[in-house]
Amino acid sequence: MNSEVATSVPREGQRQGVERRPWRALAVQLLGPLTIVGGLVWGVAQPYRILILDRDRGGDLYDYVFQGPLLAILVGLAFAVFVAPGLVADLEAEDRRDPAS
Amino acid sequence: MIPRAETAHWVAGALSLFFGLVLISELIVGREVFYRRKWRAYLFPSLVIASSVGLWVITIFSTFSTMHLLAHSIWAQAALVAGAVELALARGKIARPAWSLVPAFALLVSGMAFLVHEQNPWLYSRSAFLHHAIGWMLVVVALFPLGRAVQPGRLVWRSGYALTFVALAVLLFADRDAAEIFGRFGLGGP
Repeated sequence: MNSEVATSVPREGQRQGVERRPWRALAVQLLGPLTIVGGLVWGVAQPYRILILDRDRGGDLYDYVFQGPLLAILVGLAFAVFVAPGLVADLEAEDRRDPAS
Repeated sequence: MIPRAETAHWVAGALSLFFGLVLISELIVGREVFYRRKWRAYLFPSLVIASSVGLWVITIFSTFSTMHLLAHSIWAQAALVAGAVELALARGKIARPAWSLVPAFALLVSGMAFLVHEQNPWLYSRSAFLHHAIGWMLVVVALFPLGRAVQPGRLVWRSGYALTFVALAVLLFADRDAAEIFGRFGLGGP
């Protein structure tokens, strides 16, 4: 075999690195939306907890705003907007800086 | 206007869920990438310290029962100490893995406080059930930061620590002041 043509077999770590990067970014991006979906499903399963949908029952500010499904949606939204984009950007920057790792 | 106990528990559940998401994301991307931005490194410790301040506020309103007053004080103090240690770790002021023993101790003490201050049996009410469940869970999951102190490289300890907060959020979200266990009677439900 001509050694000028043959290339080395990528090391295990390098191959894993190429495969692992995309799912990492995807997993981080999915955390927020999955939490939001969880809150929505909870809200559908227990609609009486969403007082905005049934104002006749009355209640104070806490009853309207601080309900589990709404809080779960809010947490997912906060993570998706404030944390996930920066993490994905840094992962991509890491890939550009060191594509083989 | 003072919120009801269940409202405070749901807010704590939301905070715990956010903690869980932050720690899981750190687990996914790795420490190096996660700590690339300073504010992200300080996010978890500062939120823990902020939650300890919130717990102190709740302590002020817990004068209806000495047991509750003491339990909330212990949680507030435990969160404050654990948050301070996490902050010092993030800032690089301390580095030894043995410092993870402090969050482990904080979780253990918090769990014991949950168990001690709930005087009713497991099936007395949903609130009683959840206090017992959360208490025992915190006692058991104290093993995760303990394991992190002994074997800092093991993924299982860090994963367990992150998932602890998600499990805690689920239990806190399930809390109700007056509902029967696994029921929703008397609170406007159908």
